Amino acid sequence: MTALGAILVRDMRIAMRIGGGALMGVLFFLVVVTLTPFAVGPDLALLKRIGPAILWLAALLASLLALDRLLAADAEDGSLDLILMGRAPLELVVAAKGLAQWLTTGLPLIIAAPLIGLLLDLDGPAEAALVVTLLVGTPALTFIGLIGAAIAVTLRRGGLLLAVIVLPLTVPILIFGVAAANAAMSGTVPFGTPFRVLCAVTLASLVIGPFAAAAALRQEME
Amino acid sequence: MRLFASDLACVRGGRDVFSGVSFAVASGEALTISGPNGAGKSSLLRLIAGLLRAGGGKLALEGGDAELTIGEQAHYLGHQDALKASLTVAENLRFWAGFFGAGRADLSGPLSAVGLDSLADFPAAYLSAGQRRRLSIARLLAVHRPIWLLDEPTSTLDAAAQIRLGELMRAHLGSGGLILAATHGALGLDGAKELRLGASASPLMGVGGGGGLGAKEKPITPRLPTPTPGPSQQGGGEAA
Repeated sequence: MTALGAILVRDMRIAMRIGGGALMGVLFFLVVVTLTPFAVGPDLALLKRIGPAILWLAALLASLLALDRLLAADAEDGSLDLILMGRAPLELVVAAKGLAQWLTTGLPLIIAAPLIGLLLDLDGPAEAALVVTLLVGTPALTFIGLIGAAIAVTLRRGGLLLAVIVLPLTVPILIFGVAAANAAMSGTVPFGTPFRVLCAVTLASLVIGPFAAAAALRQEME
Repeated sequence: MRLFASDLACVRGGRDVFSGVSFAVASGEALTISGPNGAGKSSLLRLIAGLLRAGGGKLALEGGDAELTIGEQAHYLGHQDALKASLTVAENLRFWAGFFGAGRADLSGPLSAVGLDSLADFPAAYLSAGQRRRLSIARLLAVHRPIWLLDEPTSTLDAAAQIRLGELMRAHLGSGGLILAATHGALGLDGAKELRLGASASPLMGVGGGGGLGAKEKPITPRLPTPTPGPSQQGGGEAA
């Protein structure tokens, strides 16, 4: 347990130091959402309709930003060798790294989302639905992203490949996240229906991500 | 405790790095591994650490913890220092001590043992290569592991630090530890056993004793040991 705590504390510290990845994700998120009204034009009804989709897309891309360095940086400075020699199971170590990544990149997005939602004319219930769906959905994005992060370890310049491998896997999360947020606004479908599917996808991702990433890392040892 | 290997072989990228390597090291003993570049010194240490799979032969530890692998009972000091530039000296050491299970242990002892106590709150980014190496050595002292696998431990160390490392290694042996060190020079360990890899081959083609190898194969694989730590490993792997 102390090993996993050490990983969590270290990764969060590195992310929050100058040059770390914590601010980059939330800044990217803010820039994309802020630019949208300028691109779409001052049509409040339209902005309101596409608002949840824009916020979700921005959150998805922002949470994948720093992922290609998550494990590759550890591989390059030799930390990964020592992590593999540790007594903590690799799956849990990878999960701890994923948790640290989510706390430093995913959580700030969720905190910023209601504020930035005002730019897209989202009202109270829509904001609440958005925050809840992001809170449930962004951990899934990070943990699915772990698979790509592990594959990026051996492939130099794996950033593009990471996007190609990970983005298709995030499509269900995007679909049901946006569907749930829209359901809370327009009310043709009850909010619970897509939201429950989103919860299920997240729970599955939390398990599959670390195991697949650890398997990829072990494979790369050779 | 006794670590022994018989007829150990290592194959990397389809190439025989070495084969037929046998040795035995007991508590309080040191084994120095020497040989030309590419002979497989680092590969042998990584194989013992569990970071590479053996291509054949047997590797076993007698008298260790049966629940743990050999790698989990060993410290590995590789070419890379496993330090994060944005963390301070103390934070880097604290992390590895925590990761290897030392918890809240006092780390001022290990830091002063390698002469870095005055730099504890200094970001690791500003350390020299020798200081980085000394900080890595402090990791071996912060958490007890019976087996030390040292890959060129004296590279980048100045004369005084090399002498200090010799004292630390002798203290580890005195407390019943094992040391396996790949080295080109003397380590200051009297009575250390010696294992020579690739002695029979041409200087450019380090081949383990008895391991056949065609002359057309590349003498250097991407992950081969380089004398200096750095990002040159794994072929052009610089940070994106």
